[in-house]
Amino acid sequence: MAEQLYWEDVQEGTEVTALAKNATTQQLVRWAGASGDFYQIHYYKDFALGNNLPGLIVHGALKSAWLGQLVGDWAGNEGIIKSYGCSYRGMDIPNDDLTCKGVVTKKHVDGNEHIVECDIWLENSKGEKTTPGTAVVVLPSKN
Amino acid sequence: MTEDSVITDEMKAAIGVESEPSVYEIEKEPIRRWAESIGDSNPLYRDEEYARSKGYRSIIAPPGFMAQYAFPVKAGGGGRSFRSPFTRMLNGGNDYEFFKPIQSGDTISATNKLAEIRERTGGMGKMLIIINETTFKNQDGEIVAKARSTGISY
Repeated sequence: MAEQLYWEDVQEGTEVTALAKNATTQQLVRWAGASGDFYQIHYYKDFALGNNLPGLIVHGALKSAWLGQLVGDWAGNEGIIKSYGCSYRGMDIPNDDLTCKGVVTKKHVDGNEHIVECDIWLENSKGEKTTPGTAVVVLPSKN
Repeated sequence: MTEDSVITDEMKAAIGVESEPSVYEIEKEPIRRWAESIGDSNPLYRDEEYARSKGYRSIIAPPGFMAQYAFPVKAGGGGRSFRSPFTRMLNGGNDYEFFKPIQSGDTISATNKLAEIRERTGGMGKMLIIINETTFKNQDGEIVAKARSTGISY
């Protein structure tokens, strides 16, 4: 695991360490089984095509879980995620090189909490931000 | 509201009506399977000794686990139902707030309600933006998390 990140280590504009993902259709099935989302557009191609989709698509909630991993990995296990969320603006497809990214937009202290706010997003191999969102984390302080 | 609004009195009456709680028993193996399925090897989600060394009672649930895990031991049903004039539904987004860690061994009760309903006209014509809010409490009655999901009915 990466070394623990501290509040003092980040500034507005600091990038969140990127996380690369590429979902095989098998991973979509594993996610379906782990979460319980068995909507067929994620594993049954004919069904997806019949719903006017280009083919199988990646679950929105899986993308959301990856963004949670992005923020959790970056904040480290001494950091705490207070909130995060994302919007599913564009569809993502299996076997595409996807990247979860983020950037610090604000840092402040609220009571005892050293807070960092970030924009986060998932982008596809063309660089399109299909899944933008935000996150608020509490990082440990060196002081 | 304009005259041709698709928001009905039935929809307005459903806003804020809390569902019966769904009950979840949080166990290690579903957490590990979840972490495996997304490709997250963080030991907080699989190694009890490690989780204890970080001050937790047991392994903890990854962010978003609670809101997406669909296997309650007791299903509470959703909030009050209403008819939509549209048949297709898209997942528009998910937002989570976390207040306390969710740990293996917890019993979590989740209540759901329709928080907000709006209409919008987009490229595909009229659509309804439906925001559901779920509140998760642990066995001590503490709120551990809240989730908002945005559905697009079109």
